[in-house]
This record gives sequence, structure tokens and C-alpha cells, in this order.
Amino acid sequence: MDIATLEFKSIQYRRSILTMIKEAGAGHTGGSLSCVDILNVLYNHVMKVNPGNFRSPDRDRYIHSKGHSVEALYTVLTDCGFFPAEDLKTFCKLGSHYVGHPTRKVNGIEQNTGALGHGLSVAVGLALAAKINGQGYRVFTTMGDGELTEGSIWEASMSAAHYKLDNLAVIVDRNTLQITGRTESVMTLEPLADRFRAFGFALREVDGNNLSDLVEVFEQLPFQIGKPSLVLAHTTKGKGISFIENAVDWHHHVPSDAEMGIALAELSQAEANWQATYATV
Amino acid sequence: MQPYNLGKPNLQAFADTLLELAENDPDILAVTSDSRGSARLGYFGKQRPQQIIEMGIAEQNLVGVSAGLAAAGKKVFAVSPACFLTTRSLEQIKNDIAYSDQPVKVVGISAGVSYGALGTTHHSLHDLAALQAFYNIDIVVPADNFETEQAVRQAVQHPRPVYLRFGKKAMPDLHAPGTQFTIGKAILLREGADVAFIAIGETVHPALLAADRLAAQGITSSVLSLHTLRPLDEEAILETVQNCRALVTVEEHSVNGGLGSRIASLLMQHSLFRPMRIVGIPDAYTITGSQVEVFDYYGISAEGLAGTAIALLERNSDERRQS
Repeated sequence: MDIATLEFKSIQYRRSILTMIKEAGAGHTGGSLSCVDILNVLYNHVMKVNPGNFRSPDRDRYIHSKGHSVEALYTVLTDCGFFPAEDLKTFCKLGSHYVGHPTRKVNGIEQNTGALGHGLSVAVGLALAAKINGQGYRVFTTMGDGELTEGSIWEASMSAAHYKLDNLAVIVDRNTLQITGRTESVMTLEPLADRFRAFGFALREVDGNNLSDLVEVFEQLPFQIGKPSLVLAHTTKGKGISFIENAVDWHHHVPSDAEMGIALAELSQAEANWQATYATV
Repeated sequence: MQPYNLGKPNLQAFADTLLELAENDPDILAVTSDSRGSARLGYFGKQRPQQIIEMGIAEQNLVGVSAGLAAAGKKVFAVSPACFLTTRSLEQIKNDIAYSDQPVKVVGISAGVSYGALGTTHHSLHDLAALQAFYNIDIVVPADNFETEQAVRQAVQHPRPVYLRFGKKAMPDLHAPGTQFTIGKAILLREGADVAFIAIGETVHPALLAADRLAAQGITSSVLSLHTLRPLDEEAILETVQNCRALVTVEEHSVNGGLGSRIASLLMQHSLFRPMRIVGIPDAYTITGSQVEVFDYYGISAEGLAGTAIALLERNSDERRQS
């Protein structure tokens, strides 16, 4: 998919995320906006998974380890045709399968996540099975930076390197914020790239909200034969909406009517800018 | 008293059965946490090196990886000491396996007080309580080699997540040839009219010995091997209790939240009342010693269980006389 189309989708995705959260009166606003560009590129450009092959053993697998940012995942999955957009009107309503963290009740979702630090182990299992079976599918998982303090992440990292899982790509949504404040004030993660390299990953850093940069880095997978790949994606929490960007309070803040009006206006402006940019090409 | 032929440890029966099955099914995998020796899977590892996955001492990752392997179609036995597997990685069992409906066979080895002398760190007296509170994981605790072998065979094709719990001591063979075993169907080993023993796992043997001891005194006992705690064979339990005057439940587990309290709950809700004792590990600092010594200390023995039964029956008689 070309960059212009991906960029257009990201604008629509941000509108969908905010609308879902506004209508439900709940959701993880900042984290969904920071990781949605990554999901956009993965589902629309990188991974071989779609509603038609979702039951095929050879499909690529995606595990959403940062399960709280489910609004971004639902948005991308419905755009890819896994379920009707109408379904999302039930988000967080009684009895809906579209709950606040991913579950396999929703078409397109591989694994229930939401408790942090779980996704990478499951991804390692899926990637290991492909190696054992001689299958060519790849496995992707996105982790938040706040969840990296979970010890299980580092257990899983050791095993990914030990089993030389170069069919595994781990993306870290490095937006530097978590619910309490800056990640570095909650618990020091840096030097994060060095830490992952020391655990055996081949690592690339990227602007995780820049679609062409993301496309370029994912096209280099695997970064090194015999090693799992790690994409350290530097992102902005709340990306795309001026007053949500880098604001700790917006971890799971629901926009007021007034805030929603401003946010949608900013997205309309982004769409106008997109039209202006690509109309002149 | 009837003699029982001494078999091998249930863990060994598990390892032998798994090897036999794995030789004919390359999708079977054993996943271990530096625990293949403890699990008697050393020989399995030598014979089927491509079917044993080592995770190191990292139980959380072991369970998560097992879920991923199962999601890709593998038939996974996630094997680690029960004491660690069902505490440190309890959240992974809950979310990655049960909630996500990945049909992993979670195998708790050296369970209960198998590691009796090693202290409370190595006891698992909570696992049945913890796992019973999770939706979507069946719980099977075999009593002897026969039940173990059958449980492992059926677990391979079991459609849901399942927890299997094994001890490490050699176990007597308790079943007559031709006995049928099905996960979820309790086995009535002895039928009597005075006291019912409902036991699980390695406590079935002392319950049988107690029944033999009571028989010598003219007291008849039913002994039900309730190898599956979930799904619970309610019909067998109700029928067994209905036909007796008193009930003793026996388990290698805390008396809180295990077999006994589950059965008490069932009986109360069916208004089926009998004098009852829950024999297990009491809510106290657990004594240490060999498994047999610990069992004896807490009355999980022929003498202890027979005494418990007699006391219950006498109380029952006293109450009848008074009324």
C-alpha cells in the first residue's frame, strides 16, 4: 500500500479511536493514538493476514501485548474487513465481545491480552512452532514501554534469542509515558536499546509515527538471520491531537464534548492538509 | 486387608505414557523449566529431543510459550513443579491458557507434599483451590498408574485446557483389570453402607486401606476415586453419599477450597446432609517430613481415616438416640 493511502488511513483511524472512546465513555486514548500508525503499517502493508486467510495455518500472527490500546486494534481490524464497523458501537457495552482488552471472541484476534507482560511469551511460542513445523509465517507483537518492567518480558526475550527466532518481530511503542508519569521516573528503562541488544535482539530504531519510516524498517525484516528483531518505535503518546500529545492525564481520559469538537477539527485539518499535499503530486 | 501391588511413581507412568504417545504423534511436545529430571522426562528427552522444549527456570514464560505453541496446533504438556507452576505463573494459566482457551495440558509435578521435607516453598496445597476459581480449565488428579496413564492419553485429545497433578512416590495399583477411566467420571472402588470415603489423587490409597481396616470391624465403606475435580461428577458423589451414613473426604491439599469444600457445597445445595469430615492439610503452618510422615501426622492414613470414620458414625448414632 502506498504511503499516501496509509497516511489517509491513519487520520481516519484516529477519528475512529476517539469516536469509540467518546461513545463508550471509556478507553485508553493516549496509547491507542501512539501505536495506531504501527498497526496501520503492519496490517495494511507488512503482514500476510486478512479475513480470508485468518483460519489458515500459514497466516502471519499478531499479538497485541499492550492490550489496553485495544481501540487502535479494533479500528484497524474493522477497516481490514474482519468485522463490520457497526459492531464497534457496542464497545464496552454489556455482553459485547468488544471489551476493553482484546479477546479471541473478536474475529481477527489471536490471543486474549490485557494483563501486561504476556504477549511476547505467546509470540515466542507461535514463532517456535513455525520453526519446528518448517512453516514460513511470521509473528509480530507490540509491547508498550510501560509494560517492559514486567519480568516475564525478559524471560521471553531470553527464549526468543535462545531459539534464534528470526521469524519474530517485536515492536516497542516507546512513547515514554505511563499512567503515573514518565517511564524514566517510574522505573528506569534506559539504556533500552542496549538492554534489548544484550538480550539477543537485532534492533532498529524508528520514528513510530512516521509511516514511510515504519514501512522502510519493516521491509528490512529480519534484521539479522538467526536473531529475533526488535523495532524500537519512538512515538508520541496521544499523537495527532495537539492537547492529547505528551499529556500524562490522557492515558485513559475520555474527551468532553468541547474537546471532541477540537480533536475532530484537528483531524479535519489533517485531512485537508493531506488533500493539499497529494493533490499537488 | 487386601494387598496392593506396588507400581511406579505416577510421574514415571506419565513420562512413559507420554513417550509412547509422542513416538506416534510428532505434534506432542513437553515444555520444561529445567525440570525434565524431576518430571522423569530425561529419557523422553534423549529419545525425542525434537519434542522437548527447554525454557529454563522461567515458569511464566513456560506457560505463555506453551499457549503460543498450542495456538499453532501443537499438543503441549507444560511441565513444572506444581508449587511454582500454579503460583508464579498463575496469571499466565488464567489468561494465556484458560481465558484464551488454548488447550494446553498444564502438568504440576511433585504436587501436594511430595516434596514434604523441602518445606512450604515446595508444597502445592493451594492449586486445586486456585484453579477451581478459574473458568475453563479442567482438573485431573490421578490416584495410581492406571489412572495416570489413562488421564495422559485422554488429555492429548482433550478439547479444553486441563491441569494434571502428579506425585513422585511409587503408587500401588488400585484398580481391577478392565476398569473404565473417563475424565469427569469418578470410579467407585468399594461399595458399603456405613461410611463413604471420597478421595482424590494419592489419598485414595489410604482411604482404601481405611476401608479394609473398618471392614475387619464390621463397618462397610464406599470408596470413590474422584480423580476429576472439574468437571465434577455430581451424580456419582450424590449417589455415593446418599447410600452411606457418614462422609469423609480426603485430599492432599489445604482443607480450604479443595475437594472437601467443593463436595460440602454440592451436598448443601442438594439438601443432602450427612455427618462429614474434610481430611486434608489444615489451615496452619505445615509440618515437614516425608509425604507419608506428613500424611500420618494429619490423619491421612489407614488408622487416621478409620478413626475419623468411627468417630463420625458414633456421633451419628448418639444424635439419633438423643432425637
